[in-house]
This record gives sequence, C-alpha cells and structure tokens, in this order.
Amino acid sequence: MALIENAPKITGGGPALEAPRSKRSPRSTKTNFELYAWLFMRLSGILLVVLVIGHLIIQLIIDGGVTRIGFAFVAGRWANPFWMTWDLVMLWLAELHGVNGLRTIINDYAERDQTRFWLKVLLYTSALIVLFTGTLVIFTFDPNIGQ
Amino acid sequence: MTAVIEEAASGPAPAQKPARDHTPIVITLRIRRFLPDLVGPNGEPPVPFWQDFQVEADPTERILTAMLKVKGEQDGSLTFRRSCAHGICGSDAMRINGRNRLACKTLVKDLDVTKPITIEAIKGLEVEKDLVVDMDPFFQSFKDVMPFLITSGNEPTRERLQSPEDRERFDDTTKCILCACCTTSCPVFWTDGQYFGPAAIVNAHRFIFDSRDEGAEQRLEILNEKEGVWRCRTTFNCTDACPRGIEVTKAIQEVKRALIFRRV
Repeated sequence: MALIENAPKITGGGPALEAPRSKRSPRSTKTNFELYAWLFMRLSGILLVVLVIGHLIIQLIIDGGVTRIGFAFVAGRWANPFWMTWDLVMLWLAELHGVNGLRTIINDYAERDQTRFWLKVLLYTSALIVLFTGTLVIFTFDPNIGQ
Repeated sequence: MTAVIEEAASGPAPAQKPARDHTPIVITLRIRRFLPDLVGPNGEPPVPFWQDFQVEADPTERILTAMLKVKGEQDGSLTFRRSCAHGICGSDAMRINGRNRLACKTLVKDLDVTKPITIEAIKGLEVEKDLVVDMDPFFQSFKDVMPFLITSGNEPTRERLQSPEDRERFDDTTKCILCACCTTSCPVFWTDGQYFGPAAIVNAHRFIFDSRDEGAEQRLEILNEKEGVWRCRTTFNCTDACPRGIEVTKAIQEVKRALIFRRV
C-alpha cells in the first residue's frame, strides 16, 4: 500500500484528513479465480450451444429420431472415439458450467455463511458424483454386457 | 459534454406547442415511513409503514418540492436528505414509483398522478429514518477503489496535460455524483452487501482509463477480487437508474475487458 502513503497530504488549516482505510484483509483474495470462472462461463457457453444442439438434432430429429435410441444405438455411437470425445466434453462442460452458475446463485442468495457452506458442499459433492460416474461409463462402456 | 438523457426533447415536435398547464393538482404521496423512536408499548422494535399525504402541486414541479411542502405544512417529522435540489449534489436519491431517481429531477407531470406516488428509501442500505439510509458501506466501497490521482516521481511544476482524446476516454464516468441510485438498484448489491457496486466501479473506471494516472494496476487488482467486477450480472439496472445518464454497465464491462486483456 505504498502508494496510499504517497497520496497528497493536506496540511495546515482544518481537521486532518482521516487516514484511508488500511488493508482490505477479509476480501483480499489475490487470485484470478473469478476472472477465469467468468471467462469459462462465456467460452463453455459458446461450445455448449454447438455440442448440445448437435446432440439434440442427432438424438431427436435425424433418422427417425428418438424412436431408434436403444442400447444398440448407444453402443454403436460409443464404438467411435469421436462420439466418445463429444459426449465426454459435453458432460464436463455442461456440469462445470452448471456448477459455476449455481455457485454464483448460492453466493447471491444464501445469506448466512453456514447455509452458503452447506449448499456448496452439496453442490460440489453432486458434481463429483455426476462427473465420476459419467466419465466412468463413457470410458468403460461394454457393448457386450447383456450377453 | 455532460449529455443527460432528455427523452421528452427527442420525440417528434408537435405542430403547435400546447401552452404549459400550471393549474395546481392534488397529488397523493405514499411515503414509506420508518421512525426509529416508534417503539411499541411492550418494547417491540419499530416497523416501517406507508403513510399517504395529499398535497397540491403544479404539474411542472418536482417531487422534492411536494415533499418539502409536506414537511413544512403537514408533518415536520418526515425525514429525507436534500442539499442543492438541482440534481448535482446527489443527496435525494430515493425509490419513486419503484424506480431509483433523484426527487429533485423527477417532475410531477412525468408520473401517473391518478394513482398515489410511492416514495421509499433506496434498497440495500440500512434505513435510519424514513428516507435516510446509512451511506457508510456505499462510501467505503468508493474509498476502497482509491478514487484519487496516483502518480510516481516528482510533481510537475505545471498542470498535468492530456489530449482531448485521452480526456474523452473516461468522460462518461466523470459525471458521477455519488447519489447511489445505481448501486442500490443492483440486485447483486441487494443480496450481497460485500459487492463493490456499480458506483465504486464507475469511479475506479474514471481513474483506470485516465492517461495521467498510474494506479490502474492496483485498482484492477482490487476489482479482480471475489466481490469485484465479476459479480456483475449485466442486468443494466444501474444504467437505467443513473440520473446523470452514465452508461454504467458499459463502464463495468470495460473494466472487465481491461482485466482480461492484462491478465490472460
């Protein structure tokens, strides 16, 4: 805070100026986390528009749409690394995008620190479960499981 | 330079300008009162209540004039701040018909006088009495962004000159009168008292983009914090509320952009 000390001092006549508040200790975070979170929301949002709309068109509209979706259809798609990557990226981006959005909403509306803390614990736990099971299924999917 | 939005002036001009009607009309001011001394018989804490005042007003008069009439003639206990009464000191920000405005810049004829005009204290700051709120948290955020010129080296012996283009860069944000209309219209500020709020960011913007100032990095660092510019949800309430016509949301976005391009 060296520069605050360099601020012009008013001397003589009138009461002395109140010293500017010292360090903003409780709010000081000194990381770029919020910046990256904000950027991530924008970039993942753009990617998700493509991924999700593409996903919906393939699943619901093309080739008879929703009626053809079954175990065999999923097995066929996940035999291809391209669709595995597509679904994996969509899973992670959508989950993290949603988690970050909810984190902001909790910060906005949970008034007590305790409420804030427990809502976030719940949120992050659920996110971990979804990400873990989702990723596990995509990587370990066995098309011959029923035989 | 100081362009203030004058919506009425920009509309198509009528062929014959009708003569201004100065016939006084009776308007109802529905004011949200809070009297801290009004403790219940069993020591219950005071509760806010709505009170109606009928007052005669010229349609071209300001709401502030009507309120002063109420205070002078009907109820001297009605409490509100006002100083210059000409829209420059920023004392009389209040929520009139649900919108943050200055009582001294709001004309009776611009409001629907067939219904009571509601007047309440600005939201998000603690009400002390009637329309007077505790402005300390607001000014603390203002102080936190260091709203003064920061330079290094020796002071020049003459003025610190700057080109008209450099001055234009932050012209919009020099218009702030610190009335708190923007900050107290911000939904993030309502729910999160730690958020710096639009007014503090506007005043940081005024120095960050000033070519003579050297403290931009420090101010950006402060606004990069958890409760800084990234809390802004771009709802534009602040821009709508500003009685000086400052494009507040745009200023906040410019600070975000400066942060991104400096740090990423």
